[in-house]
Amino acid sequence: MFTLISKRLIQLLPTVFFVSVIIFSLQHLLPGDPAMIMAGEDNDPAVIAQIRAQYHLDQPIPVQYLFWIKGVLSGNLGESMRLKVAVSELVTTKLPVTLQLAVMAMIIALVIGVGLGILSAVYKGRALDSLVNVLGLIGISTPNFWLGIMLIFLFSVELGWLPASGYVSPFEDFWQSMRTTIMPAFVLGNAIAGVLMRHTRGAMLQALSSDYVRTARAKGLLERVVVIKHAMRNALTPVITLGALEFGTLLSGAVLTEQIFTIPGFGKLIVDAVFNRDYAVVQGVVLVTASTYILLNLLADIGYILVNPRLRD
Amino acid sequence: MSMQASSPPASTPLTLESPGARAWRRLKARPSALVALGVIVLLIAMAVFAPLIAPYDPIKQNYLLVRKAPSWLHWMGTDEVGRDLLARVIWGARASLSAGVISVGIALLIGVPLGLIAGYRGGWTDALISRFTDAMLACPFLILAIALAAFLGPSLGNAMIAIGITATPIFVRLTRGQTLAIKTEDYIEAARAVGNPVHRIALRHILPNVLPSLLVQATLTVATAIIAEASLSFLGLGQQPPLPSWGSMLNAAQRFLTNAPWMAVWPGLAIFVSVICFNLLGDGLRDALDPRSK
Repeated sequence: MFTLISKRLIQLLPTVFFVSVIIFSLQHLLPGDPAMIMAGEDNDPAVIAQIRAQYHLDQPIPVQYLFWIKGVLSGNLGESMRLKVAVSELVTTKLPVTLQLAVMAMIIALVIGVGLGILSAVYKGRALDSLVNVLGLIGISTPNFWLGIMLIFLFSVELGWLPASGYVSPFEDFWQSMRTTIMPAFVLGNAIAGVLMRHTRGAMLQALSSDYVRTARAKGLLERVVVIKHAMRNALTPVITLGALEFGTLLSGAVLTEQIFTIPGFGKLIVDAVFNRDYAVVQGVVLVTASTYILLNLLADIGYILVNPRLRD
Repeated sequence: MSMQASSPPASTPLTLESPGARAWRRLKARPSALVALGVIVLLIAMAVFAPLIAPYDPIKQNYLLVRKAPSWLHWMGTDEVGRDLLARVIWGARASLSAGVISVGIALLIGVPLGLIAGYRGGWTDALISRFTDAMLACPFLILAIALAAFLGPSLGNAMIAIGITATPIFVRLTRGQTLAIKTEDYIEAARAVGNPVHRIALRHILPNVLPSLLVQATLTVATAIIAEASLSFLGLGQQPPLPSWGSMLNAAQRFLTNAPWMAVWPGLAIFVSVICFNLLGDGLRDALDPRSK
């Protein structure tokens, strides 16, 4: 097992290298001289020369990359041009807000997606199965920003039950925090619930037609016990792994959801940075999300090896 | 069990069905996919004939008609500067559908050759292309598209390029996987043995066998690309005002939810209908092109 995990780690190194190359290359997509763009309206040649020297823009591109990656490896993601704050500091302030949303969204997605997926498989070919399939397709096809706007209209404008925007930390006021985050978390969880539902249904159908389930039924066990103790336990392993991989979708979705609900998280950070041409922040956010995704991918792989005895040998 | 081959009844003529005809027959047996195809054709017609069918000019402002509710004159109501929403939804189909199709076209154009090269040549070429693909897949789709669109500059054309580049790795991976499986087949060996050059084997013998999977993936990716374009336009990185796009219409609608909720309903519904239709058609095509299905 140790060899397998080490192998996966070694395989990841080139991927991590290419991710860093992609993110570093982003700033070279900017039309014109990056130093002049960074200087903004200040076109004093001395300022431009200072920026060029500070960011090593006067060096060849491979040398620039080496300086940049050296900074990244020592935790220096650059500085926000607008806020004059280290990007790493901005990331560590905003990330917990998005993580709270992501965890709540994942719980909602698992409850709805896995629950409906199991029901759909157990009642295969019946009306409930068709209904769940339609719901899953609707979940996947609904743009989350539209769903967010519609939920604000219903629950905030019409019914007045929930606040339309804003964020309260759970450490300040837990219930108020739940009130401000439940709608965005549902919006985020909705699309993933659809994906999880389809995979759970597929995995459960496979498990329910397997020999060990047939044996359990032949022993006279209650259908409920067969489904929960035998089929579900085996079917859910790949689904949970997929859930970890869907984290990337959550981070993507958070960009728009946080914008709609005015939540000061990671997604809003990148959008604000885009509009303020704060490119170091854009690079920093992409780097952190990609690294988080790679890490979760690795953890999902390790988890899969741990729960699957055949892979351990 | 008898191993004897049974001959067909004399009255039944033995006909060979072409793969296209077989796929169409199977697709016709799926009503949801057929309905979705019909709606997509209607949406495309709406986008193409927008100048003929839109009841009003989509960008002409009329301050006497600001935020009017749906009526016989304006079926979907009007927006914050008195523009007809139906006309904007019809014209918006152009931005959304062209973004969906063109960005997937870009992804296919880059992804398929790279996948063919990686799968066919193997070795270092494959390792290099595959690791680069993994790296791109590690960056969440919309975040990478936003970053690319931001660095390229806000416009519909740049949004299409950003979405196309971001969607490319899916096609590289798919084509590579299929090529790996196909290149070991006997007929490829035979094509190689008679001295066909590599590009001919790739284009004439491997590509046609990868096409069904690519068609399914492309249909599903159009749905993703439509949402991505709407998302970028919603953020102000796609279609620029005053030109209509469903995403930018939703952005404007968000500010007037209290007194003009209809502004948010129609563009959102248009995105939802297009996306669900492409998803249904993709699912239908997957079943129809699957050799295991009857």
